[in-house]
Amino acid sequence: MVPLSYYLVLGGILFACGVTGFLIKRNIITIFMSIELMLNGVNLSFVAFAAQWGKLSGQIFVFFVMVVAAAEAAVGLAIIISVYRTRETLNVDQVNLLKL
Amino acid sequence: MAGAVNLLVQRHPINSALSLIVVMASLAVEYLLLGAEFVAAVQVIIYAGAIMVLFVFVIMLLNAGEEERTKGSRVALLFGIPGMLVGSGLIAWILLQRSGTQAVEAGALPGPPKTIAWLLFHDFLLPFEVTSVLVLIAIMGAVVLAGHAESGAPAKREG
Repeated sequence: MVPLSYYLVLGGILFACGVTGFLIKRNIITIFMSIELMLNGVNLSFVAFAAQWGKLSGQIFVFFVMVVAAAEAAVGLAIIISVYRTRETLNVDQVNLLKL
Repeated sequence: MAGAVNLLVQRHPINSALSLIVVMASLAVEYLLLGAEFVAAVQVIIYAGAIMVLFVFVIMLLNAGEEERTKGSRVALLFGIPGMLVGSGLIAWILLQRSGTQAVEAGALPGPPKTIAWLLFHDFLLPFEVTSVLVLIAIMGAVVLAGHAESGAPAKREG
């Protein structure tokens, strides 16, 4: 039997890794993957709490988070492709203007 | 967790993507241990399936190379890392102290898809419909963003 706090700590570690990657990475795709990592960390704590309190609403919420993440990934990757076509770079340091 | 750290360490995006797949798969196992079968299945299908395929596609399409190393600021190195270590250690210690006694039983919560579906289509029907609209908007946005640049780029070159 694994205590609840272990799941929460693991979720926190995943979230922290996501934040770190978001801040230190220079590649826009890797930054995007860090966002997914953060969402996963939150999802883990959602499921852990759902199991703790015996309520299924947490799992429903995880489902919604996943749907939103999928939509976000589709739109974000489209934006990345569009940015790459106009600028020919994936480095966020060089993408510092909204206008070309 | 090792996969998550690997995601940060790797400099090539494709390696990061592969380690992210490792994280997704181990999280799915984690959900199964917690008794959330439906969430585990959805995790594998949506994340490890759809989203990661999308990522790998874009990485291949854009021919992403290694990212160049930039110099971080000294202040961040000096204060950030000890601060982060202290903060995370504090949070972990508090969590382990306060709620370490309550144990989540493996498979404690029966989360069969039938119950979840009932809940989803009765109590959460409105959010469900709203997400369907959201997904539709996302599809349209993706098509417009990715498709418009293709037709717009030659026109700009002419002008």
